[in-house]
Amino acid sequence: MIRLALALVTSAMLAAAPALAQNVLTIGVRSEAATLDPHWTQLSADLQVQEHIFEHLVDLDSASQPVPGLAVSWAPLSDTLWEFKLREGVTWHDGTPFTADDVIFSFDRLAAGIAGAPASPAFTLAKGGKVWTRVDDLTVHITTNGPYPTVAEDLAMVPIVARHAAEGVTPSVDFNSGKAAIGTGPFMFEEFSPGNRVSVVKNPGWWGGDPGWDRVVFRPVGQDAARLAALLNGDVDLIDYPPTVDLPQIEANPNFRVSTIPSDRLIYVILSYRHQEAYIKDAAGNTIFPNPIRDWRVRRAMSLGIDRAAIRDRIMGGASEPTRNIVPPGFFGYVDELQPDAYDPDEAKRLLAAAGYPDGFSITFQGPNDRYINDARIIEAIAQMWTRIGIRTEVDTMPRNIYFSELIRGAPETFPGFDMPKFSVALTGWGTVAGEATYTVSGTLETYNAATGGGNGNFGRYSNVYVDALSIRAKQTIDRDARLALLKEATRIGMEDYAYIPIHFQVNKWAMRAGLEHSPRTNERTLAWEVRRVQ
Amino acid sequence: MTGARLAAAHQARRRFLRGFLAVPSAAIALVVFVAMCTAALIAPWIAPQDPYDLTQVSIMDNLLPPGTEAWSGMTHWLGTDGQGRDMLSAMLYGLRISLLVGILSGLIALAIGTLVGLVAAFRGGWLDAVLMRIVDLQLSFPTILVALILLVILGRGVDKIIIALVVVQWAYFARTVRGVALVESARDYVEAARGLRLGAMRILFLHVLPNCLPTMLVIATIQMAQAISLEATLSFLGVGLPPTRPSLGLLIANGFNFLQSGRWWISVLPGVVLLVLIVSVNVLGDRMREILNPHLRR
Amino acid sequence: MIEFIIRRVAQAMLVLFVMTLLVFFGVHVIGNPVYIFASSECTRECLDEIMANLGLDLPIWQQYLMFLGNLAEGDLGKSFTFGVPAMSLIWERFPATLELATASLAIAVAVGLPLGLYAGMRPDSLVSRAIMGFSMLGFSVPIFWIGLIFILTFSVRLGWLPSVGRGQTVQVFGVPVSVLTRDGLAHLVMPAFTLSLIMMSMVIRLTRAGMREVLHADYIRFARASGVRERRVIGLHAMKNILIPVVTVLGMEFASVIAFAVVTESIFSWPGVGKMLIDAIAVLDRPLIVAYLIFVVVMFVTINLCVDILYSLLDPRVRVGGGGP
Repeated sequence: MIRLALALVTSAMLAAAPALAQNVLTIGVRSEAATLDPHWTQLSADLQVQEHIFEHLVDLDSASQPVPGLAVSWAPLSDTLWEFKLREGVTWHDGTPFTADDVIFSFDRLAAGIAGAPASPAFTLAKGGKVWTRVDDLTVHITTNGPYPTVAEDLAMVPIVARHAAEGVTPSVDFNSGKAAIGTGPFMFEEFSPGNRVSVVKNPGWWGGDPGWDRVVFRPVGQDAARLAALLNGDVDLIDYPPTVDLPQIEANPNFRVSTIPSDRLIYVILSYRHQEAYIKDAAGNTIFPNPIRDWRVRRAMSLGIDRAAIRDRIMGGASEPTRNIVPPGFFGYVDELQPDAYDPDEAKRLLAAAGYPDGFSITFQGPNDRYINDARIIEAIAQMWTRIGIRTEVDTMPRNIYFSELIRGAPETFPGFDMPKFSVALTGWGTVAGEATYTVSGTLETYNAATGGGNGNFGRYSNVYVDALSIRAKQTIDRDARLALLKEATRIGMEDYAYIPIHFQVNKWAMRAGLEHSPRTNERTLAWEVRRVQ
Repeated sequence: MTGARLAAAHQARRRFLRGFLAVPSAAIALVVFVAMCTAALIAPWIAPQDPYDLTQVSIMDNLLPPGTEAWSGMTHWLGTDGQGRDMLSAMLYGLRISLLVGILSGLIALAIGTLVGLVAAFRGGWLDAVLMRIVDLQLSFPTILVALILLVILGRGVDKIIIALVVVQWAYFARTVRGVALVESARDYVEAARGLRLGAMRILFLHVLPNCLPTMLVIATIQMAQAISLEATLSFLGVGLPPTRPSLGLLIANGFNFLQSGRWWISVLPGVVLLVLIVSVNVLGDRMREILNPHLRR
Repeated sequence: MIEFIIRRVAQAMLVLFVMTLLVFFGVHVIGNPVYIFASSECTRECLDEIMANLGLDLPIWQQYLMFLGNLAEGDLGKSFTFGVPAMSLIWERFPATLELATASLAIAVAVGLPLGLYAGMRPDSLVSRAIMGFSMLGFSVPIFWIGLIFILTFSVRLGWLPSVGRGQTVQVFGVPVSVLTRDGLAHLVMPAFTLSLIMMSMVIRLTRAGMREVLHADYIRFARASGVRERRVIGLHAMKNILIPVVTVLGMEFASVIAFAVVTESIFSWPGVGKMLIDAIAVLDRPLIVAYLIFVVVMFVTINLCVDILYSLLDPRVRVGGGGP
């Protein structure tokens, strides 16, 4: 019996001896991928692994600008009709040719709804009332229910799966087993062992050429310190989100390198505009009427009272870019004239006094503590700064599972049909995924309107008719130059009005061993073919 | 009480204390523990800074190594943490919270557990059976898991973590008190008291309870050490206390991320304090058990 | 015996019911996972659609009844995050946790037993005092802290051991096991040792106490007097009596070791069920949280039952349950 067991064990060990692949890249990631079904969630952790296997009609370059992917070109034929020409000669990992049928199948799969999926990109696909038709094997037409400029940007969010592999399969499960994980991307499915590792191997027939690695392994390491330790001792070759406190040391160490790019994620302070705010009180502890935040001078004082450079240097390890814009430089809609407010506590105090609050007031500043880089520490630092200018600030940070429920919908007893965010002053973030400002302006600055989706992320319920008019027009303007002008104007008005207070853009960093070079991307994804060996 | 009994009790106490301090490690532990409690108690007067007062804390002074002079001219003898808090002050206040959580949760659990244990022992019958089943069930669950889930549901705050710790601790007390009370109830003096038709409550609280006290004291001490350690672990897992008012455990957890860059003081110093605290409480508990439990006294 | 087992199982069912009720409603009160998953562009309509898709739009009591209905059919639901039956996720990861817990149990016994015996035999020697001091530390050090110190020392400074995840595994009877490969062992050492500290201290103290008690017992004196060699006295006669409390306590503690693995796993990125629970809590993946807890309750009840039975085998004086004639 024992001998039998031993024999089994030794044979098993032999079988498990790793295949000799010389060219392996091991990536330590902060969050693990939960599924390989690209239509299941829109979480970055899932998407970045899936993007090694599956592709989109439209790719995003490192600055999140649309570039050809599985579609080689696209153009509006009219205000409401777009034509996408597909790439010729692309095959799926199993050798089957890629055609328009696969595109239609993928869109249909999403439109039909995937049972149990917590956040499929179906919503993005449905925006603008898109209807898709196959014209021939390499042409797809998309019609919209009105002038709709961002069809290509939307489709950059919609992965294409293989009809012959994914038709009728169990969502998520069959992708994780590899059965339906057949894509057109630079890498092919090898192993999916959630929590431990996900590995993919090179697709020799990729239309994009040689992706550079024979095999790529993703290992999730949630603890920041442990992830860095894994890099330092050689367990992994590259990590995302290196802990900001350690950045100066890594950068100074010749055995390691750091890659850097400003992210599309804006970190900002939401100000709430109800006439009375539960968390804004006077010295006696009563809520103040009218809400001081409705006074422009108070909002400006709050912005001037924040030392953004100190946050960058003291908390973010240099990995932030103070801003007054809502999209990062290089994005469609960036406004050059909007420069970050310089720290000026004296002017802030003067403004508060002028607004009728010479002794300030008390607020509770809320925010998440496990969502954005150093979120809780930023909140504490801002609380210190505001307290100095007379706005006595209590800090209340919470895990994201509580925070976002209350931020978006607030208390359950609010008006039926209306969401009522709970917080008066809160820290949050907004990522401009598609590289252009249309939905950032519409989402964060437009007046909240549940029916149109305007002001969807406007959690302070800011409302300005000029901004609304510009934003709504921009959403229907196909001409890029005209749209850009509208977006910039809306942004400028909103930001000069301090609709909310931008703090900074996070700066994405990756740390890797020397001998690797990484061209980073704005949207925080870590893609293996963007990592190369160098001498 | 007569004068003779008082004197006897006094003498017993002195004998206990002398026996206790006969072991040097116990004496040291007692001194350390008392010193820590005192420091925690008078923290607001001896701490160089009020770490909760945001006007006194500046992000510009963060991550200063021990002995550095800050912009304000204040010298941070034990350095500052990631938010610019003076470590010495933060640790004194953190010690306060750790002790508060440990002692308060221990006392409440002790009260509840004693009550349940006494009632179970004295009433017996179905009530005893039911209560002890509940206790058994409670004890068969690992404390950390129960506390973790409870805190996830309850949210953050000192009160919440005390509730969670009480929930995971009371059963230990209940079981032990019941055991001791059962033994005591069978003793002659209780029989005698019963014979005198003294009320059940009176017997329970005036005669049985005092005899349970030594055992309860031992368990309370050991439980307190556990509670402090558990609170630290829960803080590390991100539930329990709000980060603005850190306990020792939370200070360690916060400093965790600074360790690799060589800022050892943020995590190691509170770690050492926590360790010394828990060890001294454990040593005290050990010694108390040796003295109060004659079975082990050799 | 059978009556005893039935009673235990019935109790377990009751606990299970109360616990699911508490967790189900508790998680519901905290918040809604949809807000975490949905992209920032998702409108109210889109949020409502997702909630309907996940079955979160129904009143909570209705959700709970549906859950109970499915539970009766053995279906614990699908994880929101993974889209995979929650139970299959647990089975996938449980071997890793079990391996970690078993390894730390083995370390605790292998190190703790000899140390405890020594300390019990020579209670006043300097080494014994050091051993007892060590066991005091083991009780007192929060394991998350010692875990990090280990990582910094052994993997970052010295570079001896990997700090992350599980190593190469091999299939033994269909279960992935990592102790059989060099790589797997290297990955296992630190987390297992960290996790074993508390148990090790316990073993040391129990063994020492048992040893001291046993050495004064009449039968040992008798054995010595009748010329049985010291080795045999300790190895056979004393050992058996020392082991009874050690086995009992370890058996009961094993469950809590599996629970404490939550901490160890999240420090060392060990892909077990504990780390999965922490991740599930972060996104309020209710089916997964509930499934994990049900799994744990069932496991604890089973382990306790086994301990009781084992105990009765080791010590014939104890009869489980006292149900028989």
